[in-house]
Amino acid sequence: MTLPLYAEIAVSVLLLIGASFTLAGSLGLLKLSDAMSRLHAPTLSATLGVGSLLLASMVYSFATGMPSLHEMLVMAFLFVTAPITANFIAKVHLHRCRDVEDLPQPPADKIWATRSDT
Amino acid sequence: MIATALYIAVGTVGLAQVLAMVRLLRGPHVGDRILALDTMVINAIALIILAGMSLGTQMYFESAMIIAMLGFVSTVALCRFVLRGDITE
Amino acid sequence: MPLRLTRRLAPHPLLTVILVAVWCLLNNSATLGTVVFGTILGVLIPIVTAAYWPDRPPVARPFRLVIYCLIVIYDIIKSNAQVAWQILFKPDSSLQPAWIVIPLDLKKPEAITLLAGSITLTPGTLSADLSADGTALLVHALHAPDPDGVRDDIKSRYERRLKEIFP
Repeated sequence: MTLPLYAEIAVSVLLLIGASFTLAGSLGLLKLSDAMSRLHAPTLSATLGVGSLLLASMVYSFATGMPSLHEMLVMAFLFVTAPITANFIAKVHLHRCRDVEDLPQPPADKIWATRSDT
Repeated sequence: MIATALYIAVGTVGLAQVLAMVRLLRGPHVGDRILALDTMVINAIALIILAGMSLGTQMYFESAMIIAMLGFVSTVALCRFVLRGDITE
Repeated sequence: MPLRLTRRLAPHPLLTVILVAVWCLLNNSATLGTVVFGTILGVLIPIVTAAYWPDRPPVARPFRLVIYCLIVIYDIIKSNAQVAWQILFKPDSSLQPAWIVIPLDLKKPEAITLLAGSITLTPGTLSADLSADGTALLVHALHAPDPDGVRDDIKSRYERRLKEIFP
């Protein structure tokens, strides 16, 4: 099956962008030394990495004449759930270093919600 | 051209999966291990999409969706277990 | 009376539209059969679950919400490139992680959730916690030489627009 040249170039570029951002996310997960900083790295692979791989799959399906849009669903699901998982893991980190007092205090002399319940 | 790009992409995402697994084995604390598992789920979704593209079928989409949902639920359940010592309240 | 009847039959019109679209996407076709069955599901599910979800989210300007989503997507792509550069080519010791406290003017829970979600989706910043009374957001930044600038940026770029959408 031969595809038009612009479709081939678009799909290949999107594939390479997605794969390299996924690798950058995992590399950051391995390289960064601070536990909270490590939490930033997988956001790369969750947003632009998987996002542009799904976009490549969509463009490919349109170019081969079997159009499909359901990759949008996976993308929307990841975009909705990524902040929730990141927030939960941040709460685990905050919970663990409970005795570390380098956190800034919120205004009006209140406490952060994670630490208020024990 | 697309076939070559697919091979390179599969190799790169596979390398990313290995790096995340190193963090899973090394991770000093339980939060790092949960984060590594979450990253591995995302990389697995990427690998499944690439497999579906190279085989030219739409059947792999459902498995990518199900793995996304299972990964989300299991990450939240693990975090709740660490935070509360209990999953159901 | 007719108003109350429509509220009973279609408690969440937007949810109905979204359910029909999701059903068509799941089947990966938009034939008459899938649209009809999707409409049946989209009418039945909001009625059955209406008891668990009494309020409608108060979106005042839906068009501005679309603009807000486009701005967030643009920011995601831009800061993806920045964070990938910082991770790959900068030595670990030159990064300056910082905790940032953002005082909130928003009151509605939906608006605060959207703000926290878009902060987390933008790589480089991550919302970690909310203060116990809901008036401040704790944000962690990967590389922030100027924490006050990041705070003002988030307040003027995201929170001002969200205040217009959720008055």
